[in-house]
Amino acid sequence: MTKSKLNLDTDKIAKARELSKQITAPVQKYIEKHTTVAIERTTLRMMGADGVDSIGVPIPNKVVDQIGDHICYGATKYYINALLKKGVTPEELNIEIANGLDLTKIDFVDFSYIEEKAQELVEAFATKVKANVAYRAEKVNKYKDQENAPLLYLIVATGNIFEDVKQAQAAAKQGADIIAVIRTTGQSLLDFVPFGPTTEGFGGTYATQENFKIMRKALDETGEEIGKYIRLVNYCSGLCMPEIAVMGALERLDMMLNDSMYGILFRDINMYRTFVDQKFSRMINSFAGIVINSGEDNYLTTSDAVEKAYTVTASQFINERFAYESGLPAKLMGLGHAFEMNPDIKNGFLLEMAQAQMASEIFPEAPLKYMPPTKYMTGDIFKGLAMNTLFNFIAKSTNQGILLLGMLTEAVHTPFMQDRFLAVANAKYVLNNMADFSDDIEFKKDGIMQTRAKVVLDETIEFLEEINKTDLFNAIESKMFAEVSRPKNGGKGLSGVAEKAQDYYNPFYTYLEKELNIVKEGNKL
Amino acid sequence: MMIRPYGDTLNDGAVQMSFTLPVAHSAKADEAAILFGKKLGFKEVEVVHSNPLSDEFTFFVVYGKTEISIDYDKVVVEEVEKSLDFYGVNNFIKENIKRKIVVVGACSGTDAHTVGIDAIMNMKGFDQHYGLERYPMIEAFNLGAQVPNEELIKKAIALKADAILISQIVTQKDVHIQNLTEFIELLEAEGLRSKMVVCAGGPRIGNKLALELGYDAGFGRGTYPENVASFIVEKMHERGVK
Repeated sequence: MTKSKLNLDTDKIAKARELSKQITAPVQKYIEKHTTVAIERTTLRMMGADGVDSIGVPIPNKVVDQIGDHICYGATKYYINALLKKGVTPEELNIEIANGLDLTKIDFVDFSYIEEKAQELVEAFATKVKANVAYRAEKVNKYKDQENAPLLYLIVATGNIFEDVKQAQAAAKQGADIIAVIRTTGQSLLDFVPFGPTTEGFGGTYATQENFKIMRKALDETGEEIGKYIRLVNYCSGLCMPEIAVMGALERLDMMLNDSMYGILFRDINMYRTFVDQKFSRMINSFAGIVINSGEDNYLTTSDAVEKAYTVTASQFINERFAYESGLPAKLMGLGHAFEMNPDIKNGFLLEMAQAQMASEIFPEAPLKYMPPTKYMTGDIFKGLAMNTLFNFIAKSTNQGILLLGMLTEAVHTPFMQDRFLAVANAKYVLNNMADFSDDIEFKKDGIMQTRAKVVLDETIEFLEEINKTDLFNAIESKMFAEVSRPKNGGKGLSGVAEKAQDYYNPFYTYLEKELNIVKEGNKL
Repeated sequence: MMIRPYGDTLNDGAVQMSFTLPVAHSAKADEAAILFGKKLGFKEVEVVHSNPLSDEFTFFVVYGKTEISIDYDKVVVEEVEKSLDFYGVNNFIKENIKRKIVVVGACSGTDAHTVGIDAIMNMKGFDQHYGLERYPMIEAFNLGAQVPNEELIKKAIALKADAILISQIVTQKDVHIQNLTEFIELLEAEGLRSKMVVCAGGPRIGNKLALELGYDAGFGRGTYPENVASFIVEKMHERGVK
């Protein structure tokens, strides 16, 4: 970004950031004192726990179930203890667990041996992820010139990973930079991650480590063929946020949907569970160089995009703060927003543009993710295509980082192959035809767009002040976000949260905190 | 009256189509698209645009003229028609049912998309049409998404619902039909079917389909909250509910 077009008050932006810091601080304190079944399962996976038993229960779930209330001490020591006592590899131990071995029935070795083994396992995990980060960096750099700006993001969703591969490879060849494999309806509410390749799903495909691997390989092949690095996206939201993050880290995914509050508001997952889980998931994403995508677009599918624009900006500030607290740098924050205003509004385009430009001026380093119209897509595919063109226009002219391509058949069916082609063709036309438009224009002083941005920023600060007064937990309970109330002890997954014991042990968590220079809220002055 | 698609002259039968064939882009592929159009029964088939989607797929924009016509006088539709507005619905309840009515809604089964049920039920409503929560004479409970059918019925009983609304957005592999059928069967097993007005809604759900599945009505694209409310209260009145 060169210079401000909106003439935003930088003191106000600083104030919004300060408020977000105050809002998230009590939540951080809560997070630091707790662990969850998902965090423990994630840690087990980092050590190599994987596979399923004869009835399909994943090994990490079996271990966490065995440990029960004792997850307050962390699952790590149980798993490592078993490795040492049995003198086996993780693969061998997984088989024994599948066959019924109970880790809590094994006597403990001296703790110093566990610590020694833990160090070895942490290093093995770190080496693998760092190799993935290095590989990606090399390829991205090598094929830099082939990338679109913004990066073009397309979704595949057949339910069958092998069919997804065909569609994803075709989409990459048509010009997509990013492929997202949308998840099957309802996966976010599963408190386990399914195993192996899957060929059935509704409205999407299961996120499994094997499916990640299959798609990664396919996109690497197509990428090499066309001379481009194709980024792969999946969803780390729901009850398995950190677990999916670690699978993504191991299989070199490049982006993850990973919002700090989405699960609470839109999937009715318990707020405590979500807050604790989101932090670890973001630490993993940060370590693995994975760009997170936050889900602010969702606010606008339930609320009015003009009246409630400030909720998007406020959520971006809160997501940014939670991300910093997880050691995630700005360049990995794909903060979200969307083009969802009613097309009948006079000057709606200017309001949309003001909002998009504002996001890009407030978060200049973040690769902002801009979502296409969905709410007012009607089945009139011709108007839909026109709306997508205006959307693309704003994405390019306000320097968005990630452009999720709109489908002319949105609200009709899951995209046909030709729908994706038409979407890419539309975007490429706009991107090329107005390549330097942004550099060449200024906004009129105190015009419609400057005024609109100022109003939204003021409303955002007002809203953040209100949240800060009541605290974030109460704010969510009292319907301040997305017009839904989520009770503190309601929703799914609260039983999976445990207060950490004094001698809670999780060397992976500790390692990541150190690597990412995370200062605990409890240790701040 | 016999009718045909209209391009620029009455009865010219002009139709535009676009589709993809699983072959590489070539003159032969264009010819295949023309033959396909002819096999569909079109005359004067023209490929006006074709483009490769990949090495194995080609996209076509095709025009053709049809000689098929439809006798418009013989077309029959079953539609949920005429509707009271926000005020009309509330007055109707006051005058005829004389108490607040209870409406429970959810996006049931595995479907996670609340957009439809929210449009009908949320205070805010949709496109300047208030949702049922805003109706003074309606107590509306939106249970949200991914509500199991059993749970929805349990809630409906607990809340003494007069009507249940089920929204289904995801229709891949006909999952909505399975789910809607399961719901009706459960409701019948509980002996509640005749005691409640039961409606299905969603972008791919029409009144015809809903009736076939045993619902009182189905609401598709373009439905506003007052259309649903109006149907519920009139149905209740028709059944003599007090």
